[in-house]
Amino acid sequence: MNRVLRRQITSRFMTALVIGLSFVAVLTLVLILGNLVLKGASSLDWAFFTKSPVPAGQTGGGVANAIVGTGIVVGLAALIGVPFGVGAGLYLAEYGGGRLGFLVRFIADVLNGTPSIVIGIVGWTFVVRPTSRFSALAGSVALAILMIPMLARTTEEIVRLVPHSLREAALALGYARWRTSLRIVARTALGGIVTGCLVGVARIAGETAPLLFTALGNLNFSVHVTQPMQTLSLQIYVYATGPFEEWHRLAWASALVLMGLVLIISLAARWVTRERYGSVR
Amino acid sequence: MAASANARLRLETVKLTALFGQHRAVRDVSLLFPAHTVTAIIGPSGCGKSTLLRCLNRMHELTPGASVEGDVLLDNVNIYAPDVSPVELRRRVGMVFQRPTPFPTMSIYDNVAAGLRVNGRQQRAEIDEAVAQALQQAALWEEVKDRLHTSALALSGGQQQRLCIARAVAPKPEILLLDEPTASLDPAGTQRIEELCHALKRLYTIVIVTHNMQQAARVSDYTAFMYLGNLIEVGKTNDIFTKPQVEQTEAYITGRFG
Repeated sequence: MNRVLRRQITSRFMTALVIGLSFVAVLTLVLILGNLVLKGASSLDWAFFTKSPVPAGQTGGGVANAIVGTGIVVGLAALIGVPFGVGAGLYLAEYGGGRLGFLVRFIADVLNGTPSIVIGIVGWTFVVRPTSRFSALAGSVALAILMIPMLARTTEEIVRLVPHSLREAALALGYARWRTSLRIVARTALGGIVTGCLVGVARIAGETAPLLFTALGNLNFSVHVTQPMQTLSLQIYVYATGPFEEWHRLAWASALVLMGLVLIISLAARWVTRERYGSVR
Repeated sequence: MAASANARLRLETVKLTALFGQHRAVRDVSLLFPAHTVTAIIGPSGCGKSTLLRCLNRMHELTPGASVEGDVLLDNVNIYAPDVSPVELRRRVGMVFQRPTPFPTMSIYDNVAAGLRVNGRQQRAEIDEAVAQALQQAALWEEVKDRLHTSALALSGGQQQRLCIARAVAPKPEILLLDEPTASLDPAGTQRIEELCHALKRLYTIVIVTHNMQQAARVSDYTAFMYLGNLIEVGKTNDIFTKPQVEQTEAYITGRFG
């Protein structure tokens, strides 16, 4: 009896401990979000979303240029990064058993661990310097480089979850190897691959360091990818470190918008992988 | 119709040895599969019967480290000759696996049509007809004709397995390989598949691997008994089960080992 009691007490204690720890983790997120809403929500008005910044010292203005810029820079990065990342992941899962596969996997892991500011320098060296100008495109290239190894590894893991029996069934039906990979395996894993891409996009949307020497930032509204462009993360960086009270206010609001954007992408990822028949998640 | 076209067809292994690395899983097997018969391959687990089957449509060589020695003749042409494409061969030799493997992202219709589309036959009406015909051959048509475009995963295990048979026969193969097709089915599902074997041998030459001796006795015309990679005995099913010539065969079919 005594032993049972001891076990019950231990069980209760451990359960309480685990609940407590998860509470702390969630609390952190709630505090961050709460703080952002508290300090940023009051600055969110129509002008904030539709106007570009006004010269320092004046009040009013918005971050429309940064919101649009984030969309362009991140969208372009996804456009460049997704084909390479998903392609590499598919290769690793389907054909990556040999020496080359090992090499690609190793490089992807090293790249995954590379500080993002180093990626920024790579973007500066290979795009900004040859073209002699900071540009949104350079920023997108840097973000894409950041994204590719991430996507390669998540895609590989998801594609590996597709049962081997499906590959055999397709091959036995007279499917060529490449057709099996694309029409059966990749198709089955599509839901998971899309989620991986969305999570990757959400992850790079908040990056600042790779953009410092590439997209640079721009106080004016611009949609030219060969010109410097503002993003929310760069905007926050400039405003938060600036001397003006008005800037700080806008930085909080921008952070709130960026957070909201990431939240929306994450929700989209959830939606794509919602419970349903037929795919590996 | 197909029967006359297939009349000459013969599938034959000549001194066939299948290896995994250095291990000889099938040793020196010479075996003839007459056209429009059901040949059952029986034997205890690990005797090489599935490996032998997988040599017949060159699925064996897909396993890393696997290799084959000897010949497999299909209409007197060695399917391991360098100019034979394994992908094309597999369209002539259909296969059904132990567990149902419907393609999860495809509807019932698309599952059956999968092997047709890969052959480049794209006429919509033609595919419609072939799908219906294949489902009828697999005795699944009545159950699914009103929901052809719903998920194949909603079918029961037995229905899924018949769907896989429909998928395998839709491209009109000459040979049908069944690798323990009823291993994951209940008795009712098993019975339906066995009845199918009888019906389908008019159209195809069937090779079935089974660890169930009653099943071999029920469905097959010829039975081959394998043990430890060797072909021990082959003959008319009736003879094998009533008067086996080799001591090991008798021991196995009377349940003394395996």
